Amino acid sequence: MEQLLQQIASGLASGAIYACVALALVMIFTATEHLNFAQGEMAMFSTYLCWQLIQFGLGFWTALAIAAGLSFVIGVLIERIILRPLAGASALSVVVVFIGLLAIFHSMAGAIWSHTIKSFPSPFPEVSFAGSGIIGPHQIGMVVVTIAMLSALFAFFRFTTLGLAMRAAAQNPTSARLVGVNVDWMLALGWGLAAAIGAVAGAMVAPVVYLEPNMMSSILLYGFAGALVGGISSPGGAVFGGFMVGVLENLVAYFGNLTEKTFGVYIIGNGEKLSVALIIVITILTLKPAGLFGRVITKRV
Amino acid sequence: MTALLQVEGLKAFYGPSEALHGIGFSLAHGGITTILGANGAGKTTTLRALVGMIRREGKILFDGKPIDKLSTEAIARLGVAHVPEGRGTFTGLSVDENLRIAAYTRSDRAAIKDDMERVFGYFPRLKERINQQAGTLSGGEQQMLAIARALMLRPRLMLLDEPSFGLAPLIVQEIFRIMRLINSEGKVSVLLVEQNAALALGLATEAYVLETGNVVMSGPAAEVKNDEGIRKSYLGY
Repeated sequence: MEQLLQQIASGLASGAIYACVALALVMIFTATEHLNFAQGEMAMFSTYLCWQLIQFGLGFWTALAIAAGLSFVIGVLIERIILRPLAGASALSVVVVFIGLLAIFHSMAGAIWSHTIKSFPSPFPEVSFAGSGIIGPHQIGMVVVTIAMLSALFAFFRFTTLGLAMRAAAQNPTSARLVGVNVDWMLALGWGLAAAIGAVAGAMVAPVVYLEPNMMSSILLYGFAGALVGGISSPGGAVFGGFMVGVLENLVAYFGNLTEKTFGVYIIGNGEKLSVALIIVITILTLKPAGLFGRVITKRV
Repeated sequence: MTALLQVEGLKAFYGPSEALHGIGFSLAHGGITTILGANGAGKTTTLRALVGMIRREGKILFDGKPIDKLSTEAIARLGVAHVPEGRGTFTGLSVDENLRIAAYTRSDRAAIKDDMERVFGYFPRLKERINQQAGTLSGGEQQMLAIARALMLRPRLMLLDEPSFGLAPLIVQEIFRIMRLINSEGKVSVLLVEQNAALALGLATEAYVLETGNVVMSGPAAEVKNDEGIRKSYLGY
């Protein structure tokens, strides 16, 4: 029983990271209908920035705040300089640009900071408390920080005029222009926010997976899966999907181990958890193509 | 006295093809002008060109200032509210959010609240549906929301593209009655594009008739209404 709770808890912790990546993907998707394949590598690069600032002697939170700020600026610049000229280009051209960005960030990180694996400090103290056998302090910290960030974002989009303008611009750019919203800047802001979310997610997960240029590649896959399961058009759904995929992959491994222990037959285990999680994702999408919370968009002709 | 809107030699393009061939018209302060014409005459194109939604050439003066080089959002900020064909409401946002986003360019909170009340005075049905998603409203209610949203900009000029399209006659009458009120009480000048010429000529003071991208006739609405050619082609009697 305790093992099951452990697995669920650590699933929630990694799910929190998937949820952030999923949300970053959805934010850009709803505004542009493009999936940013470079999202993971951008987050990895931001994490390196954070690490570098810590090496310079800054405290963890100061370093993270600056790294998130820098990432925001990088995100805005990418949209303004690289993607703006591509407005109206075919989806394939944009995909190629995303793949290019992915490669650029990947090799830049390798060139600047080398490919060797680095450890990344956790900002949360190693204390023991009731239930610390089930969930570690860093895992709790991860969940708390990401949920705080997601709530702040939700409040921003729901209650501020700027947030409303960003939603309006994503939903109907033509009408948004007609009420005086500068749609181009809203897009750039969305890119900046997505990049900043990635920075926080990267710094939270780096103490667990260690810092190296490949750190985000499987996380990006899980983030994709989470976004698709929840519904790529629904930010709330993407967050839920992220958590769900995190818990799911751990449960798969847990029940696999359990059957092996009980019956002595090996069916699935840790090695297959990604495959099984993705099979479940595909099943859900076959039954509900728009995702669990996505809306089927019908166009009136 | 200068006109509120003065247009000269306006050309508009969809890609390489020219859809308006240099039209000119003007709209007096506080007036209602209508542009009539058959399908494909360039009515919608004219409105789109005015607010810069498509590529255009020519001279457009709004209150004496040229706006032909400005972006759509900059023109909206000057007080030109365009209610586009198909209404252009934000279907995923609530009625309340649709109205609040329209006041995006303004920072005077108290006045925005007043305007919201004023708009609900014109359209009490929108107040009943304030938290409903705009996409779930009926066609008539969506048209009302589109006009209400335009009013939240505190416009000096409102461009209306086929407000009667797809609506029941009773609703259309109601909407036109309110447009007259908005024009007289609210001091909002109106440029109206309509297929329903009888309706439009009943509301407007001035009329222009477009045919394949050119103005073929213009004058006071009463005169245009009595023109035999117009009566036969557009009024059908």
